Amino acid sequence: MNKIFLIIKREYFTRVKKRSFIVMTILGPLLMAALFIVPIYIAQLENDVKTIGVIDETGLFLGKFEDTDNLKFRYIFTDLQIAKDDLAKNQEYALLYIPLPNLSVPSNAVLYSEKQPNINVKSYIKNVMKKEVEDLKLAEKFKELRLSDDENITSRDFLKSIKANINISTIKLDESGSEEESSTEVSMVLGFAAGLLIYIFIFLYGSQVMRGVIEEKTSRIIEVIISSVKPFQLMMGKIIGIAFVGLTQFVLWIILTFAIITTFTAFFTDDIATFNTQKVLMENNKLIPSDNINAQTTTSQLNNNGVGEIINAIQSINFGVMIGSFIFFFLGGYLLYGALFAAIGSAVDNEADTQQFMMPITIPLILAFVVSNIIITNPDGPVAFWFSIIPFTSPIVMMIRIPFGVSYFDLSLSIILLVLGFLATTWFAAKIYRTGILMYGKKVNYKELWKWLRYKN
Amino acid sequence: MDLLTATDVTKQYANHKALDKVSISVPEQSIFGLLGPNGAGKTSFIRIINMITAPDNGELFFLNEKLKQYHTGQIGYLPEERGLYKKMKVGEQALYLTQLKGLTKNDALQKLKYWFEKFEIQSWWNKKVEELSKGMQQKFQFIITIIHEPKLLIFDEPFSGFDPINVNILKDEILSLRDNGATIIFSTHNMASVEELCDHIALIDNAKKILDGKVKDIKKTYRSNTFEITFTGFQGSLKNVLKPGFQLLEQNNEDDIIRAKIKFTDSYKPNDLIKELLPHITIQSFNEIMPSMNDIFIAKVKENE
Repeated sequence: MNKIFLIIKREYFTRVKKRSFIVMTILGPLLMAALFIVPIYIAQLENDVKTIGVIDETGLFLGKFEDTDNLKFRYIFTDLQIAKDDLAKNQEYALLYIPLPNLSVPSNAVLYSEKQPNINVKSYIKNVMKKEVEDLKLAEKFKELRLSDDENITSRDFLKSIKANINISTIKLDESGSEEESSTEVSMVLGFAAGLLIYIFIFLYGSQVMRGVIEEKTSRIIEVIISSVKPFQLMMGKIIGIAFVGLTQFVLWIILTFAIITTFTAFFTDDIATFNTQKVLMENNKLIPSDNINAQTTTSQLNNNGVGEIINAIQSINFGVMIGSFIFFFLGGYLLYGALFAAIGSAVDNEADTQQFMMPITIPLILAFVVSNIIITNPDGPVAFWFSIIPFTSPIVMMIRIPFGVSYFDLSLSIILLVLGFLATTWFAAKIYRTGILMYGKKVNYKELWKWLRYKN
Repeated sequence: MDLLTATDVTKQYANHKALDKVSISVPEQSIFGLLGPNGAGKTSFIRIINMITAPDNGELFFLNEKLKQYHTGQIGYLPEERGLYKKMKVGEQALYLTQLKGLTKNDALQKLKYWFEKFEIQSWWNKKVEELSKGMQQKFQFIITIIHEPKLLIFDEPFSGFDPINVNILKDEILSLRDNGATIIFSTHNMASVEELCDHIALIDNAKKILDGKVKDIKKTYRSNTFEITFTGFQGSLKNVLKPGFQLLEQNNEDDIIRAKIKFTDSYKPNDLIKELLPHITIQSFNEIMPSMNDIFIAKVKENE
């Protein structure tokens, strides 16, 4: 056990100290931050004013949607169907329909538009509604509190009870007037990005395992090492060590990206934020003399301009779950493929010979990526289900599905199968590895590999 | 006591038999030569001792205990095809490989310091391995092999790639390791170094052991009643004075002192040869020519074909 730890340590530190690792670690977050920031920045530059018609059946939001530099709201008091028909005629950008709620407070709205609605528009509406509804709930709660005078309500419960969840469905109207549901959820982009990242990570770190094995084999140090440790220990040590390199890189990326975006946001939203904070602080002081609540409310109020809106939309995703499942599926997928990469490395004498064995590894990974389009349009369909269950494609496909919401059954089945798949490929790879690392100057083919699999020792 | 015993070790690969019922015993504190032509099965056998591969049949004992994985900590192995991590620094790599053998970091540092000073290579510590010459790398690797003071050392062609000066340093080092209690298995094609270093040998050919024993005994067995005589006071060829049963192999009359090699059949003794020659010559020296390991090696392998 001690020896495998030594191996892990060596594999980890020799890679983390490399210049290429440090460069990648710094460049990655810059790129990712740019991916977030540039579209927002461009969206901000857009000057064209959009008018949105509002049908408010609840009457709660009358006059609450304030016009901004590029958004104008017009309240309509006709029937929904007529308003929909008029949409094109009036050259309006979209139609917001807030129906009467089933329960106490409104939580749903529908946005009709001809074009795919802009994400800024959507999150602006969402924010305004959220603030209104939260105020509404807050007021009710206070009434309740005064009446019951219940000391046991902690501020946390309190906050939770007023936190509003607004759900806006977007419906695209095509020229024939028929409705087609569409989605601009940030979560879709995020799921896709996470799947892509896992795909890249598996290839990146998998081929590092392969190159490491080839290096040991061609430099002939392998025989010295496996006279001290078992080949399996060396293989696992290498795979685990490189997994930690991947995790380190991922964690650094998250932290740095977050830092860059936060700095950027603070810089761009400075004025508005200060203004809002003061306003909110004043209001809150009147209401509840509690500091936690101030802080909480303040952050949710920071987002009154274009930049903040997307960030707010991003923040609305459960990052704990996303990062947690990303780490699990990255590790699972990497471990599953890592062992196979190690087996390939052991079977060849140099990197040029790896091509013929890479095929069976590359195909499922690319396939997973190819079907991602189908999965995004139908995240609960049979394609999505099967591809997110089969261990060879599940790390990528499940990551795409997760932001859309996945049943616990699917998720746990996928996790269990991935773990089993990883154990199976490792067992399989270890057998090839053990024979391959001592085999020189032999052109190896699949028949030969099959023979190695059946060797006893 | 025998440090290592192997009984009926057999190893079968898909298309050929690498070892066929090979049994050897390596006495403690000896230098044991493992000889054989290329592809005879030496490396397969060494890998089995190192537990890199397992035999299909047969058993191995280390100090009368069945050979187990933990014994590999008491074995130092210098493979014929050896290499190092090229991009890694000498010091780091030394520490890593030494710790893999089971030494603690402090022990490893202390011992490495001793050996680096002894071989005067302290300045290498922070160099990358790829900056060292091939001979330097070999030296470094030799240190790594013996650093954990193993009971059993296995050297596969240890002298390849060394200049004669370093070969001598290494030979002295190997002898002093033996004198300090280590047992050494030594695999080589270099028969001169076998005669110089080995106490015991085993000859493997075509997966089978065809000869083993003490070097002295083997030589005795294979001696051929051949003697070298130097003498004066004689003109012409000795052939004319020798009776049947004695055979003149060569004679060199160029110097004042004449040199001749004579072989006789088993029915005669060395004294009979002297008796034959005394009336004709003045003998300066009389020596038995022992067969060289090289001759024995070639003879045995040919015989086995």
